[in-house]
Amino acid sequence: MRRVYGFHGGIHPAENKHQSLGSRIRVAGIPRQLILPLSQHIGAPARPVVAVGDRVLKGQMIAEPGGRVSVPLHAPTSGHVSAIEERPIPHPSGFPAPCIVIDSDGQDEWAPLRGVANYRDCEATELLELIRNAGIAGMGGAGFPTAIKLAGKPGQSIKTLIINGTECEPYITADDILMRERADDIVAGIAILQHILQPQEILLGVEDNKPEAIAALQAAAAGSAIEVVRFPTKYPSGGEKQLIEILTGQQVPSGGLPGDLGIVCQNVGTAVAVRDAICHGRPLISRITTVTGDAVDSPQNFEVLLGTPMQYLLDLAGLHPERCERLVMGGPMMGFTVTTPQAPVVKTTNCILAPTTEELPPPPPAQPCIRCGLCAEACPASLLPQQLFWFAQGKEFEKLEQHNLFDCIECGACSWVCPSHIPLVQYYRASKAEILQQRREHAKSEQARLRFEARQARLAQEEEEREAKRAARKAAAEKRAALAEQGGEEDPIQAAIERARAKKAAQQAGDGTAVTPVKASPEAALRQKLAKSEQRLAQSIASGEDAKIVSALEATVQRLKDKLAEAEAAATETGAD
Amino acid sequence: MALMRVSSPHAHGTYSTGMVMRQVLLATVPGVFVLTLFFGFGTLVNVLWACIVGLACESVALLLRGRPLAFYLKDCSALVTCVLLGIALPPYAPWWLIAVGVAASILMAKQLYGGLGYNPFNPAMVGYVVLLISFPVQMTAWAPPRGLGEVPGLWEALQACFLPARYDAVTMATPLDVLRQNQGLLLEDLWAQTPQFGRWAGVGWEWVNLAFLAGGLWLLYRRIFTWHAPVAMLASLALMAALFYDGGSSSSGGSPLFHLLSGATMFGAFFIITDPVSSAVSVRGRLVFGALIGVLVYLIRVWGNYPDAVAFAVLIANFAAPFIDHYTQPRVYGHDKSGGNG
Repeated sequence: MRRVYGFHGGIHPAENKHQSLGSRIRVAGIPRQLILPLSQHIGAPARPVVAVGDRVLKGQMIAEPGGRVSVPLHAPTSGHVSAIEERPIPHPSGFPAPCIVIDSDGQDEWAPLRGVANYRDCEATELLELIRNAGIAGMGGAGFPTAIKLAGKPGQSIKTLIINGTECEPYITADDILMRERADDIVAGIAILQHILQPQEILLGVEDNKPEAIAALQAAAAGSAIEVVRFPTKYPSGGEKQLIEILTGQQVPSGGLPGDLGIVCQNVGTAVAVRDAICHGRPLISRITTVTGDAVDSPQNFEVLLGTPMQYLLDLAGLHPERCERLVMGGPMMGFTVTTPQAPVVKTTNCILAPTTEELPPPPPAQPCIRCGLCAEACPASLLPQQLFWFAQGKEFEKLEQHNLFDCIECGACSWVCPSHIPLVQYYRASKAEILQQRREHAKSEQARLRFEARQARLAQEEEEREAKRAARKAAAEKRAALAEQGGEEDPIQAAIERARAKKAAQQAGDGTAVTPVKASPEAALRQKLAKSEQRLAQSIASGEDAKIVSALEATVQRLKDKLAEAEAAATETGAD
Repeated sequence: MALMRVSSPHAHGTYSTGMVMRQVLLATVPGVFVLTLFFGFGTLVNVLWACIVGLACESVALLLRGRPLAFYLKDCSALVTCVLLGIALPPYAPWWLIAVGVAASILMAKQLYGGLGYNPFNPAMVGYVVLLISFPVQMTAWAPPRGLGEVPGLWEALQACFLPARYDAVTMATPLDVLRQNQGLLLEDLWAQTPQFGRWAGVGWEWVNLAFLAGGLWLLYRRIFTWHAPVAMLASLALMAALFYDGGSSSSGGSPLFHLLSGATMFGAFFIITDPVSSAVSVRGRLVFGALIGVLVYLIRVWGNYPDAVAFAVLIANFAAPFIDHYTQPRVYGHDKSGGNG
């Protein structure tokens, strides 16, 4: 038995998983209309490559990646594109977003698919390209493009591949049922990931509340390099950082990635999607989704086409709308409420939860924090949630960052234990958003400051140049006057040269962009230097720099002043010649 | 169907502040029972009268502050403060003494600072210290325990409280007083000559302390608070007593067991310093907080000039709590010990 490690905090909420595990995975079928949001992953939204009215085949690409961190989108069934417009999507913001709408024709006609006969003959980069083209993004919930995550940073080698079969959120059983029923597919997918990453060890982590899944995986993984590791059930052990700590005893550095430790994590569902893409050339067009909660008659898992309206699934499961006050995508700890059941199933929809009011009662009004510290005991990141709450209320953003607000994974354990029913996570989310907004604004104003300073410097330089020219002209005029005084006519050649020079200088001064330094007299150059030094000195005094720097600058200014005086004296001498 | 929009998490544990407070109240029952057994009905009258005055004060303050009355009263925090103060006061204290103490606790130490959760000092201990400084005579008059004197009945207890002029109090020095005023006797001789001493500590007091210990252990079992602060306080108190035991000489401060089972030690360790609002928050912080109180209790008991030391020790440690918190922040996931990323 491999040693497993613990992580700080965690909670044991009621699991409520048995409800949806009574039956096998059911194929949900083809709804009349599919709604496919262009952004179902983290990164740039996909760009449509079809037009309204086009006929599309099942598996055909209908939107291309919108950037490096992006994935394409494929038609989940055959039919016609009936609209490309904003529709309600499942998103915490509740805002609608651009979607491709397909009216299915019921024929479910596949586009030609081309799988790889033997992936072992393929280069890793080739396989990554196939994974990206299949539109695969993390199926566990976050939806990060899988190919990018597998590629990692250049030159980084992966020691440990971790497959996440934890599914620690209450109610959700999509991964559990997948592990029970399709363990062979998971193992086949992991073998492909193994070929791509060449890790030294492969750990498949499952909580010990899923004995059937563990047995199925162990049978399927027999003889492979995969080690199925079971560990005690505790929320949130399925969080990537927590799972890494459980399996390896290491912590991902704050602000870093698992790759920094030579670790990559992938969800079991992602492994199956990779297998489908490589072995059968089948893009990601369906997924397993749990539909559960007391407001449905028969909670169960569906294999559902992406874009299927949630209403369609809820009807299949027997929803009683009158019993249901909220609809949650994801679990009761980290899921978010969707505003309408017309919102579609997307690549990250692992669960649709339709609870009754008795089951998940609306939050009671918050009482004052009594600093009982239960939240600090429960926090898997070892933060001090009650202090963060205090600072969040006072909008003390610096303190929040000092207390590592950004290490919060928003798992909700603190809110769950809070005896005063304070919506702590909501405070943290809001504060994070405000801090990020402030950072953006700060970056903007910083840029504006730099631009302003550059402009000031340029104007000052132009002014100096003009001053230098004026001085030169004055000197020339004095010289001419001296010549005239000395008698006789002005030298006509000299005068012509002077005129040309003055004209050129005027031109240069006229267009300020000219950067060619004026061949001015030595004292003008000195004056320029002096002005710069003085400016620098004033700046350093104003910004309270080190006394040493200030005195050095003072010395420079003094030296330049002396030199300038010398040069001027010399100039007057030559002028007097 | 109209759908609610709520932020996650949607599930919630079963704890509530009111429930926590009610369990604390329940856990005081064995202690109050033993106090009543040994010292008569005085403590019970104290507690009941304190609760009446306390609820009145809390209600008035909430009304003045424009807060919903039922919502805040049902958190039971005022009741906890009053019960704890009632237990801490000497039995057969006059009604006005209790009322002044409760008013200081609820109005001054709690509501003036913003109510539950915002008080930097333990309200019950503020009330106690206000009384101790203002009315030292009444505050140091402890009745003799059963067996060493007449224990008044319920009627006398009520009379003592509400008609103090008609009641002649019988008082006796507490074991802690006796020990502090010991001038030249070896501990052994003092023990033999003074009737106040029992098997391990004072007559009655040892059982009172054991009863509060039992209540505290039940709260620990119910996970109302963690073991850190109480254990640290008891350990540091015992350690101090062991260091200065001096072999039981005439200048001895008393044995560790004597200190653990005397005065308000157990009551303080499990019911006073575990008040989360005014204590340090992190696990390490609570260890430091508890240990500091243990040391202070010993210092004040042995070299100070007060009958018991828990109230002062707790208030001083309350001052230090934010400071302790600042230096005992836990290491956050993914950060190294120095606080950087590692």
